[in-house]
Amino acid sequence: MHGLAEKEQTVAADPASQPARPSYRDQAPEVAARFARIYQRPVVLEVKGLDKRFESEAGPVNALQNISFRAHRRELICVIGPSGCGKSTLIRILAGLDSATGGETLLDGHPVRGPGPDRGMVFQGYTLFPWRTVLQNVMFGPEMRGLGYTTARDEAMEWVEIVGLGRFANAYPHQLSGGMKQRVAIARALANKPRILFMDEPFAALDAQTRAQMQSYLLELWKKVDITVVFVTHDLEEAVYLADRIVVLDAHPGRVREIVEVPVPRPRTREQMVSPLFVTTKQHLESLIHGVPDETAVEAASEDAAVKTPIRMTQVGDDVE
Amino acid sequence: MAHGTHDSDWFAVRKPLPEKRSRVLSVLAFVLPLGLWSLVSYVPFIWHPLVQVENPGSVDYFVKDMLIEKEVFAKENATALVKHAALATGHPKNPIYLPAPHEVARAMYTAFRTPPRLPSEPWLHQSLWQSIQVIFWGFFLSSLVGVPLGILGGTFDIFAKLQEPFIEFFRYLPAPAFGALCVAVLGIYDAPKIAIIFIGTFFQQVLVVSNTTRKLEIPMIEAAQTLGANRRQLIFRVVVPGVIVDLYTDMRILLGWAWTYLIVAEMVGTTSGITYFINQQARYRNYENVYAAIILIGVIGLTSDIALARFGRVLFPWRAEARKSVFRAWFRERKAARAARAATEGAPA
Repeated sequence: MHGLAEKEQTVAADPASQPARPSYRDQAPEVAARFARIYQRPVVLEVKGLDKRFESEAGPVNALQNISFRAHRRELICVIGPSGCGKSTLIRILAGLDSATGGETLLDGHPVRGPGPDRGMVFQGYTLFPWRTVLQNVMFGPEMRGLGYTTARDEAMEWVEIVGLGRFANAYPHQLSGGMKQRVAIARALANKPRILFMDEPFAALDAQTRAQMQSYLLELWKKVDITVVFVTHDLEEAVYLADRIVVLDAHPGRVREIVEVPVPRPRTREQMVSPLFVTTKQHLESLIHGVPDETAVEAASEDAAVKTPIRMTQVGDDVE
Repeated sequence: MAHGTHDSDWFAVRKPLPEKRSRVLSVLAFVLPLGLWSLVSYVPFIWHPLVQVENPGSVDYFVKDMLIEKEVFAKENATALVKHAALATGHPKNPIYLPAPHEVARAMYTAFRTPPRLPSEPWLHQSLWQSIQVIFWGFFLSSLVGVPLGILGGTFDIFAKLQEPFIEFFRYLPAPAFGALCVAVLGIYDAPKIAIIFIGTFFQQVLVVSNTTRKLEIPMIEAAQTLGANRRQLIFRVVVPGVIVDLYTDMRILLGWAWTYLIVAEMVGTTSGITYFINQQARYRNYENVYAAIILIGVIGLTSDIALARFGRVLFPWRAEARKSVFRAWFRERKAARAARAATEGAPA
């Protein structure tokens, strides 16, 4: 079962089966060396042949089929895919909030069942506890571990300082901006010293400017903290900017289409976003997600057709372009 | 045209009125009914169906201060006129069961100062205190059982499925229907009255608390789970603090409902408390005292609710800014105006 999954992946990743777009595979020597180093590191998370089937009114739905990948220590993996590919379901299963119908998830080689403090999670919505101050929110994990008040507070304060919100330690969540709330959510997850941090479109609700800040900020934090990150997003640029590797999912059924090694060298800067390497990588992802000949593509095509409707509701000559 | 909808529109759909107008309207909310009552009481030609006799004249059965229907009074005087006898005089009056506002206002003071007619009867303040105790114990006992059951029902489906169908059935049974049973089981003094308040409150309470508990967003619970909270911690550290503000509001509303059961409850067994006072005063035909007592119930209910709302803001500081008091806003405005005036006055000097 597992062997089959790996074989499928290799087939999918085979350049011969892909349209001729070789440049995203051109890794500079230091990038290749970095990947070699990453693969040397121990595997923190191993996903083996994960399946998820729903019973819906229209019959059974294969939300996820045979998902397999590995995350090495201190690797930053992004998961992308078209809408409906089950990327949120996947991360919820990994965090233990949903159960899979097949396959297994290993954390440091041990199978996981149910949610636990060894796997932190940052949600898309703001899930801070409104009745707790910033500091008390971050203290929640340590308190649940059974630490005394002072120890928990001191540990939490350290994390509040790390995310740069020391001045707001005693503020309530409703007094914070969206970006600050997500920083608290990250601090709250990290204060538990999890082995891996799952992030489910954590910046999707933020405005473009704040989102860009939070992305750079996450990279800074990731450099300073011993944490492995699995980051779900629908924003391709975000994925290329953040990730070491990108797991690209197909929809209906949700399957791993390709695992892309991002060739853009680190440290990442926003200026790299216009570099040819960044652009071709992004284009490749785009072609993977939007250029697939299945029903999503058909839907997209019909949407295009609707836009190019021949009916005209304005006077002839009254043109906007 | 453009400014038309914003500030000058009293009927803007789902838009709050400016603070000044809201204040005027909340005062009007009390002034209007009072005005209507005054109108009926003080303007003779609006209603006043009776005549209070001043001088009986030649009508033999008229007595001074007697209340006679307007038509009868006119007929007797017409007969007297034909007979060339002395006419009766009097002035229009409302029925005794509709006292004027000033009479009720006076009664609100004198009722507390007037000793009861019989030495065994309680003073008004004693009656009120007894009523408050019945409400308190009924509501307290109901909450003691109802709130935990409601939270369990809102948290665990097994409790919801187990208790809600029966409670849904039971809450349709009118609490006063259990009056006779309560007396048979609990005697005739305060216990059956407390039981009626309990029955009237408890079943609604469990359902309302369950419903409120269910409104806690699930991601909040999931976040806590990924932070390592176990089941017990989820309930006491997430669910309860997560819904406590809304529960507090529910409790205020439910306490209001408990008051509505008071009169029926107090008629069970030996009539007691404010109900006893009201019944006695009606028997003595001191209707201004009856009105005073009824209004006192409203005053106690409203002031206790406002006090609880204030207290809630102290208890739940994270909601402190959610709702601002009209009065506090008014004081702030006054203070700002005074400061501005002081600044302009101080500037030239």
